[in-house]
Amino acid sequence: MSAVRTLPAIEEVWSWLAEVPDPEIPVISLVDLGIIRDVAYEGETLVVTVTPTYSGCPATSIINLDIEQALRDHGVEALRLERRISPPWTTDWISAEGREKLRAYGIAPPIDGTAADGRLIQRARRLAGAADLSIACPRCGSTRTERVSQFGSTPCKASYRCAECLEPFDYFKCI
Amino acid sequence: MGALEASVDRASLFEFALRMGDNTLILGHRVSEWCGHSPVLEEDIALANTALDLIGQTQMWLGLGGEIEGKGRTADSLAYLRDAAAFRNLLLVERPNGDFGQTLMRQFLFDAWHLDMLKALERSADSRVAEIAAKAGREVAYHLERSSDLVIRLGDGTDESHRRMQAALDDLWPYTGEMFLADAVDAAMAEAGIAPDPASLKPHWQAVIGEVMGEATLTVPDSGYSHKGGKRGVHTEHLGYILADLQFLQRAYPGAKW
Repeated sequence: MSAVRTLPAIEEVWSWLAEVPDPEIPVISLVDLGIIRDVAYEGETLVVTVTPTYSGCPATSIINLDIEQALRDHGVEALRLERRISPPWTTDWISAEGREKLRAYGIAPPIDGTAADGRLIQRARRLAGAADLSIACPRCGSTRTERVSQFGSTPCKASYRCAECLEPFDYFKCI
Repeated sequence: MGALEASVDRASLFEFALRMGDNTLILGHRVSEWCGHSPVLEEDIALANTALDLIGQTQMWLGLGGEIEGKGRTADSLAYLRDAAAFRNLLLVERPNGDFGQTLMRQFLFDAWHLDMLKALERSADSRVAEIAAKAGREVAYHLERSSDLVIRLGDGTDESHRRMQAALDDLWPYTGEMFLADAVDAAMAEAGIAPDPASLKPHWQAVIGEVMGEATLTVPDSGYSHKGGKRGVHTEHLGYILADLQFLQRAYPGAKW
C-alpha cells in the first residue's frame, strides 16, 4: 500500500514564501517585494513564477536558491521555478506592509509614479513646474533631503542625504 | 501564452537579437572597466549599476538569439565563444573609455538612441522582443536621466570640464551615424513590424541631443561623416582587446563554472 501524499495548499505555499527574506534587504520578504508572480500546480509539480527586479540584479540566482531551499524544507519534492519578465516588475507591487518594514529599517520606500520616464530632468521639472519630490528621511522624518545619486548600494536604490539630521540614507527608487 | 512569431526569416531575427545584445554586452563591459577607478564613490556605484543593467539586458537579448538560432547556443556561449567578426555591436560602444567625460558622452549618445529604440520595440510584432524591450526600457530611462544630467553639468561647468566634453563630443560624433543606417536585416525587421526603421529614430534623437548640448553649452559638430561596419562584423582594433579580457577565462578553461 503506497502512502497517500497530500499536496500542500496553494495558500500554504504563499505563506511559506512570505517567510523567505530578500537576500539583500532581509527585512522584507519576497512576497512583500512583489516578485512572486504565481504559484500553481501542473499535475503534482509545484510551479513558482518569479520576476526579476532589475534585469542584471545579482540577487536573482540567490533568490531562486532560497525559494527552492525553503520549499524543500517544507517537504515539497516536485518543484519548478519559472522566470517571467512580462509585465515587468514595478515598485508599485511592493506591499504596504513591505513599505513600512523598509522605512523602519532605514530605507525610504518608493513614491509611486515617480519612475524615470526618459524625459530630461530639467525639462521634466519645467513641465511639472515643480522642484524635487520630497522624500522623507526614514530616520527623522524631515523632508529636507537631497539626492546624492540616482544609483545606490543595490540596483533598486538611490542614495540620499538628510539636511536636517545629516544622515545619509537609501531611497528605494521607483521603476 | 505563446510568443507571437512574426513572419521573418530566422537568420535575420537572429542577427537583430545579436545587434541588441552585443551593444549592451560591449558597452556594459566597457563601463565595468571603471569599477574602482571613478573620480568619486557615487559615480563608481552609478557606473557599476549601469554596467550591471546592461549585462542583465544582454542575457535577455543573447538568450533570445540562441533560442531563435535553435542550435543550442546560450547567452553565455554567444558572449564568450564568438570571435570579433561575429560581433554585431555599433562601433560607438567599443570606443575606449578615455576620461570620465568621454565615457559619459558615449553613454549619453547611446542612451538617447537606446531608449527610443526600446520604446519602439515595445510595439514589436514579436512578443518576445516586446517583453525584453519593456523590461530594459525602464532601466535605460534611468541611464539617460543620469547621463544627460552629467553631460549638462560638465559641459556647462568649468573651463576644463567644458573643453573635455566638447573634445569628447567631437571625437565620438562620427560614430553616431551608424545607429541610423539601415541594411537588409533592418529592412526585413521593419517590414515584419519587429523593429523600427533605424532612420525613423533620427529626428527625435537629434532633438534630444540638440536640447542637451544647448543646455550644456556644447556645439554639435556639423559633420555628417559616419564610421560604420560594426553591425556587419567589421570592427575597430579595440574590440579584440575587449574580447581578450572578457573571454579569457572561458577560452583558457572551457566550460569553467563557479
